Amino acid sequence: MKGHRNDWLLAVGVLVLAAALWFLLRPGGEGGWVVVTVDGTEVGRYALEEERTVTIGEEDYNVLEITGGRAAVTEANCGDHTCVHTGWISREGETIVCLPHRLVVRIEGASGGLDAVAR
Amino acid sequence: MATGKASRGLARFALLVALAMVLSWLESMVPLSLAVPGVKMGLANLVVIFALYNLGPRQAAVISLVRVLLVTFTFGNAFSFAYSLAGAALSLLVMLLLRKTGKFSLLGVSIAGGVCHNIGQILVAMAVLGTTDLIWYLPALLVAGTVAGVCIGAAGALITARVKL
Repeated sequence: MKGHRNDWLLAVGVLVLAAALWFLLRPGGEGGWVVVTVDGTEVGRYALEEERTVTIGEEDYNVLEITGGRAAVTEANCGDHTCVHTGWISREGETIVCLPHRLVVRIEGASGGLDAVAR
Repeated sequence: MATGKASRGLARFALLVALAMVLSWLESMVPLSLAVPGVKMGLANLVVIFALYNLGPRQAAVISLVRVLLVTFTFGNAFSFAYSLAGAALSLLVMLLLRKTGKFSLLGVSIAGGVCHNIGQILVAMAVLGTTDLIWYLPALLVAGTVAGVCIGAAGALITARVKL
């Protein structure tokens, strides 16, 4: 069983790395804006406090719902429905990803919104 | 006798490719959706590890590549091909290197394979989506890869000890 020691050290090493990353990357403060990108191009930017339901895409669609200061993809016709299972997000830096539709929904801080308004 | 041996080798190879493909298909039927994109059990890696330890690196690499191609043609598209290939290639490369060091058993090699499979996929996803936001999922993917690697490695060790080709 001596050979197994390195194996478990490796496993523990990866888990420690995961914990450290999780600590470093944990979501930030209050979110202000919901930013939607498809294929890396921004297609929409909505205020978190405004209630709204948007359908992104036609043939490949994801339904984005914003209500009560939170956002979620509530319906989609992608294969895995990972985006729907992600649930509600509201903190700065949190994301919902739909790989099959190459969609990213990201929460940005309230300050990012000021630039958007100024534009 | 030489032809008999070659045919047997080919049949064995085809059998393993088919098995890897069926496992991939089985996995796609049971969506293990944990709200994190890219989390998979990596059942097909069982076949790749078995091949790696019983038939050698070259056979393992070819089986892995053929599986990715077949699964893409059957169930996937250009994007899923990019994710699968990156995951499979990085996973295989690291498993080969780790095995070569002789410091790890099949279990450790499998853990590294599971983790690197997820890392490869998330890197390609970041490139395709043009965003680094996905890095947020890396901790969960590392944990999931470790768990999958332990399960596949434990099963792989049992199979390798019992099945003689």
